[in-house]
Amino acid sequence: MNDCSARAGEALIRFSKVDLAFSNRKILEGLDLEIMRGEIVCLVGPSGCGKTTALRVATGLLAPTAGAVAFGGAPILGPRRDVAIVFQDYGKALLPWRTAAGNVSLALEAAGTPRAGRAARIAALLAKVGLPHHADKYPSQMSGGMQQRLQIARCLAQEPAALMMDEPFGALDAMTRQELQDEMLQIATTTGATILFVTHDLEEAIYVGDRVIGLLPQPGRIGIELKIGLPRPRDQIATREDPEFLKLRRELYDFIKSAER
Amino acid sequence: MKWDGRALVVPAALLILAEIGARAGGPSDSVAPPSQVLTAFVGALGDGSLLIATRDTLASAFGGLAIGGAIGLALGVLFGALRPLDRLMEVTIELVRPIPSVALIPVALVALGFGYRLEIAIVAFACTWPVLLLTRAAVGGVEPRLIEVAHALRLGFVARIAKIIVPAALPRIFVAFRLAAGVSLIVAVTVEIAVNPLGLGAGIMTAGQALRPELMLAYLLWIGIVGFALNAVLVFAQQRLFGRAALVGEVR
Repeated sequence: MNDCSARAGEALIRFSKVDLAFSNRKILEGLDLEIMRGEIVCLVGPSGCGKTTALRVATGLLAPTAGAVAFGGAPILGPRRDVAIVFQDYGKALLPWRTAAGNVSLALEAAGTPRAGRAARIAALLAKVGLPHHADKYPSQMSGGMQQRLQIARCLAQEPAALMMDEPFGALDAMTRQELQDEMLQIATTTGATILFVTHDLEEAIYVGDRVIGLLPQPGRIGIELKIGLPRPRDQIATREDPEFLKLRRELYDFIKSAER
Repeated sequence: MKWDGRALVVPAALLILAEIGARAGGPSDSVAPPSQVLTAFVGALGDGSLLIATRDTLASAFGGLAIGGAIGLALGVLFGALRPLDRLMEVTIELVRPIPSVALIPVALVALGFGYRLEIAIVAFACTWPVLLLTRAAVGGVEPRLIEVAHALRLGFVARIAKIIVPAALPRIFVAFRLAAGVSLIVAVTVEIAVNPLGLGAGIMTAGQALRPELMLAYLLWIGIVGFALNAVLVFAQQRLFGRAALVGEVR
């Protein structure tokens, strides 16, 4: 598949019997999940099933009530610089008073990159996400798709071992969403990053994922796990017409329907 | 702002009426016709007394604004960013804040004596509160997602304040300073009228006690102009500095 399959077979992120409750309301219960190095795992489920919460636990922004999450064998005690989070609301996650270059620079400043080396890396990162000519634009001067690309560039500046993506393309129009799905897969292939991808779009989950985990609501727990054996690189037309894709889509839709009941 | 020329009709008519009325009433200790006020104004401007008084008042006002604003800004950022500290200090703040600043004049007079220090101290007290309260609210109102981004990037406390919180809150902090600048001028003149023998407030008091209504009203006119100019400069600066920031969030 790609160079990261060489490292496969080793769990980068491991949820062990994770419970999470907010004042007596159980959000997650007994979550057991392993995400291998270089793997793209998608979390889907009806609204309120705790998929975003699970992602936040994996980033260290939330601590589990019981159980543990380990990253590369060590327990996660808080946010890590090698775990980057792509938020859905890119408009709120970018600094409106900084240009595109300045927003990417924030991650480099946080990592203590010397000033001299920043400009070249910023230019390379913006080029990587398709924004090479927009370094001096402010987020408010950019379209939604460009803003989300910019947020991804800032995350890549962290040189993350894992990317946590919380419905990253949910607010974008269909065409832009498909473009960004392909660009993200391209980036995943070249960087070998492990990706945890939360989405409510079932087709998107099958299209980008190596594995799709369906959560059951109240409390959130794993209801279904689908291995996606579709060939890579994926193609917006051919992959979505693949009988295997259609079979998986049927299976996932049936699961969500029964989960919502 | 565009002014309709017709809006000048009423002030012009009032000035003419005041001229006629004041002249008809004969010499007075409390009112003077606008023409005499203007003459006194030009005279005070010419002999330098008005400008020296203005310098003294503005020096005290800005000195107090700088000290009070710095204290208010530092405490506002701290209380806004650290909720437990805010809860710890809330009762103290709410007990001290309602003290009218001019009520401190006797206390400050005993401690500091007449002069700039007295005035600066009282102006600083008055300016601390609006800056503290509005900065605290501005910092507390920073988009929570930006705070999460700061956590995710593992920015330290100082970097989080300098790179995220203060820039995000800056447009609203500037509004706080604009309000405090208005307060500083009012309080400075008040202290001068009450006790302090310097500045525009002392000037207007002296003119009144010397039974020179035209000079007294000339001072009043000038204080109005200074206040208007100060606010205009700050509004202009705000629009220049934060015109873009004010548009943040709007779709273009």
